[in-house]
Amino acid sequence: MEQIPFLEATPLLAVMASLVAVPLIALSGNRPNLREFWTFLAGGVKLFLVLSMASWILAGHTHTYELWQILPGISLTFVVDGFGMLFALVASSLWILTSIYSIGYMRALDEHAQTRYFCFFAVSLSATLGVAFSGNLLTLYLFYEMLSLSTYPLVTHHQDEEARSGGRKYLTYLLSTSIGLALPAMLITYSITGTLDFNSMGVFGEGVSKGVLVALLLMFVFGFSKAGMMPFHSWLPGAMVAPTPVSALLHAVAVVKVGVFSIGRILTGIFGIDLMASQDLNTIVCIIASFTVLVSSLIALSQDNLKRRLAFSTVGQLSYIILGIGLATKLGVEGGMTHIAMHAFGKITLFFCAGAIFVATGKQYISQMVGIGRRMPITMFAFFVGSLSVIGLPPAGGLISKLMMVRGALEADMAWVLAVYLVSSFLNAAYFLPIVYKAYFCTEEEALFENKVQEAPLCCWLPPAITATISVVLFFYPSIFLGFAQVMMIGR
Amino acid sequence: MIQSQLPILIIVMPLLMALVIFLLGHKNEGLCFYLHVLGMAGLFAAALGILDQVVTSGTAIHYYLGGWPAPYGIELVIDHLNSMVIAMVAAVTLLVAFYSRQTVPAEVPMRTEHEKVPLRVRNYYVLYNLLVAGLLGLTATGDAFNLYVLLEIATLSTYGLLALGRGRAYYATFKYLIMGTIGASFYLLGVGYLFIMTGSLNMADLFTLLDTAFMQQSMSITIAFAMILVGVWVKMAFFPFHGWLPNAYTVASTTSSCLIAPLMTKVSVYVMIRLMFSVFSAQYVFEILGWQKIVVPMAAAAILFGSISALGQKNLKRMLTYIVVAEVGYMVGGAWLGNVNGYTGAVYHILADGMMTLCVFMAIGAVSYKTGDASLESMRGIFRKMPVTSVVFLVGAFAMIGIPPTCGFFSKWYLVTGAYEAGQWLFLGALLASSLINAIIFFRIIETGYFPDFNKAHGHGHHTDKTVVAEAPLSMLVPMVITASSLVLIGLFSKDIINNLIRHSVPPGLF
Amino acid sequence: MADFIQALLGHYNNWAFILLLMIGFYAMIAKNNLIKKVIGMSIFQTAIILFYVSMAVKKNSTIPILDHGHGAVEHAIDVAAYASPLPHVLMLTAIVVGVATLGVALAIIQKIHRTYDTIEEDEIMEIIAQ
Repeated sequence: MEQIPFLEATPLLAVMASLVAVPLIALSGNRPNLREFWTFLAGGVKLFLVLSMASWILAGHTHTYELWQILPGISLTFVVDGFGMLFALVASSLWILTSIYSIGYMRALDEHAQTRYFCFFAVSLSATLGVAFSGNLLTLYLFYEMLSLSTYPLVTHHQDEEARSGGRKYLTYLLSTSIGLALPAMLITYSITGTLDFNSMGVFGEGVSKGVLVALLLMFVFGFSKAGMMPFHSWLPGAMVAPTPVSALLHAVAVVKVGVFSIGRILTGIFGIDLMASQDLNTIVCIIASFTVLVSSLIALSQDNLKRRLAFSTVGQLSYIILGIGLATKLGVEGGMTHIAMHAFGKITLFFCAGAIFVATGKQYISQMVGIGRRMPITMFAFFVGSLSVIGLPPAGGLISKLMMVRGALEADMAWVLAVYLVSSFLNAAYFLPIVYKAYFCTEEEALFENKVQEAPLCCWLPPAITATISVVLFFYPSIFLGFAQVMMIGR
Repeated sequence: MIQSQLPILIIVMPLLMALVIFLLGHKNEGLCFYLHVLGMAGLFAAALGILDQVVTSGTAIHYYLGGWPAPYGIELVIDHLNSMVIAMVAAVTLLVAFYSRQTVPAEVPMRTEHEKVPLRVRNYYVLYNLLVAGLLGLTATGDAFNLYVLLEIATLSTYGLLALGRGRAYYATFKYLIMGTIGASFYLLGVGYLFIMTGSLNMADLFTLLDTAFMQQSMSITIAFAMILVGVWVKMAFFPFHGWLPNAYTVASTTSSCLIAPLMTKVSVYVMIRLMFSVFSAQYVFEILGWQKIVVPMAAAAILFGSISALGQKNLKRMLTYIVVAEVGYMVGGAWLGNVNGYTGAVYHILADGMMTLCVFMAIGAVSYKTGDASLESMRGIFRKMPVTSVVFLVGAFAMIGIPPTCGFFSKWYLVTGAYEAGQWLFLGALLASSLINAIIFFRIIETGYFPDFNKAHGHGHHTDKTVVAEAPLSMLVPMVITASSLVLIGLFSKDIINNLIRHSVPPGLF
Repeated sequence: MADFIQALLGHYNNWAFILLLMIGFYAMIAKNNLIKKVIGMSIFQTAIILFYVSMAVKKNSTIPILDHGHGAVEHAIDVAAYASPLPHVLMLTAIVVGVATLGVALAIIQKIHRTYDTIEEDEIMEIIAQ
């Protein structure tokens, strides 16, 4: 047994890093600079701790840390493996960028209750990493619920009537599905198998009837409704009432990806991809996901509010990931996992840009953004790169993962999935590219903005510029994240 | 020496304390609180001592009153099951004792037009001690008739405590008195039939005597069981015998409802479990009678009825009382599922629900103490006004909804698993539905606390006028915070509670 | 038929107590006057006491006191010759409980009367509803 090059409890520490910061942030509420320092410190420590485990994981190891036996036979356990590592890395690195952005955004708009905002942001990051490192279904469920609750104050930050109805929808969907579907599914799984630990071979083994499996699969897929599978998606556009940094990190990265990640974990770790393929469960998942992909893309076309269009785009892209993992082939799963990272960087860029536009001009509707490229060239260029990544065009990272998923579809002999990917990519292009086109190419009469460069504050345009750059870098060096996904699939 | 006398001490101590407070408090009302807390602290220590003895030795404690051997004299039996209940009761009473420092003087000496003499704080604490003596006694006893007497001691003090409320308290208490007496009488009748058939009242003795084919086929025994069940169901307000509870608990004073709501129903559930498995047997109840086919759906109905009624309430305290009705359904259903998981869930939920009911009642009590009423509107802006109270309330709400790692999640875990194993789909559905309804109920309150009043406010958001923090006094906050943390601790230590206590008490014949 | 009548007559104590029980129960549930309810409650409880006491009755038996003292000769105890004292003892306790309940009930009725100036249930309900 090789010596692990980091502390035994590193996963726990990484989860706790931002939680420890919460009282510090709360106590320095009237000194904003000190308060933001704690956020950055926690973010830095978190990223460092996550990175310290990266090389070990890339070498094909996994690290298990049992925290606490909570019920006879079931523990709170952290397991760090490729998939979890990939997600943790995305979340913790983007937290730092989002924090920079939050400062710019919140201060520029002089938002109220900023201390509360940063506190709950830190809590939700803890929950996100907790999900990423969960070693069994109970641990995952615990952090999943923690995330639902800790993001509620963020979603309803404005505390106006719109926020209230958005928040209501948010919790109604997330809690009702997790308590009503995911919890019983988890208990039934435990009752049948006697274990909740994730296992790449699956936990069901022989002898569980197909009817039960299908029922459980549906309960799980819809139960983790953070993934936004239709018909449980409408909380996501509703939650766009949140301040843009929240939408950016939580609804393009943390919250929704936690949903996708959970489903991915369950498909690969509870059902196991062998069982998925042999029992034709993959077809069911693919049908559900394809439906969501196509319908949400069509809805996105008709949205004029930029954030809502992005939200529906997110709904579609999430189902891409499920679709990829649901194919239950090596390439499909790898592609799906990698797409979590690729889409995260692309989509967060788009959200950052939407927020920057709002900060600089107060505009939220696409029809009001004609000619905005003249006024905010950097922001709009970042937006362009981000949309390339989400559509899946070179030179942005989204292409790589999308290609892998397409090859996965061929590998699984499901040619119709290929068609879904192609049609939806076309739709993606159709709802993104016109925005960019109109921003730059318009006649003087059409332009709604003067021909004078006036960007949002530095804190608002720098983060999207960075994430856009990373998206491009990921096109050339996809192995940064792909490596982790491949580790998961070794031996297949 | 004192170690071996602990089982009787937990009953005698509050009885004596009632007397001491009555005598010493005559001149000095201020002394009552300190004497009372002292007594309750001693009681809690004794309860922990008993718990420790049971867990360390791994066997039940048998205490023979007056040295009379088992079937002839009265016997106290404390095993893994009731040592836990005793500890819960003692903990709740101690916490409420602290909590009562401000609330009792504020609420008890109420004058009406006709009364010129104030009711004294002293009398309140005397009743309080009598209630505790009754509750602990009926939990500890191993004698079926003795249980009746102690049950009546407890309920009689309850009537007194509840009648000290506002407005409709007298009438509501009278209704409760009538129902309670009917319940107790049914129980007494049932015991009478058992006595006719067996000639014994000792539980362990009854268990042996009833374990014959003749007894198990006997109609009289069946009737006895039915009457005993109806009796305890009335006492615990199990649907459809719940009518008295919401009225009586809503109008009671803050302290009384904090004390009685967590304890009375939970101890009655314990009594039911004790009688089902220690007087009758799992085999008799589930295989020979097979009534779980009826009782578990009834429990499901109780859960649904309680939750849905709670949804429609404007008064928060009244809403909580309906949740109590629903929670009784959880425990009865769990006990009647007829498998180990259901049993574990029911017993664990006695502990968990006792603490979480206490938690939410205390929080609502603190709010009504500060704002003067317990309507939904009184929660407006509560996160700013009373930050600690609202966090306590949140934890309690999470436990009620069943969000990990609070204890409510783990009882639900076992109950749902048990329901699945028993194939009781209706009950399973009711459990999940009630979690969801609880979520709606509590988030409606949280929302009210979090958002400004849109009807009054002009313009949009951002009008955060600085509300002054006006927290409840420390004597209320400390027990509240302890209770809230205990919800999380009970959750985190579920394994130990289940392995060290509940697993040892699983009756034979359950799988 | 003869068996049935035999059963009916043989357990006449049961029928008596059930009749009383039902009278009490009816009064508790259906009467409008609170005092009448309490009277019903007392009848209800007394019926149960009667039930217990009657179960201790044994034909040709005597009080369970062994006469060893005063120079009497020791003799074998014929258990069948003595009535069981236990039900009586139990009922002493039950009577005490009953009296206490009655006391509390009357005290509460007094309070109700002071508050609402009536002890008729429908009138109280009317006042509460206002």
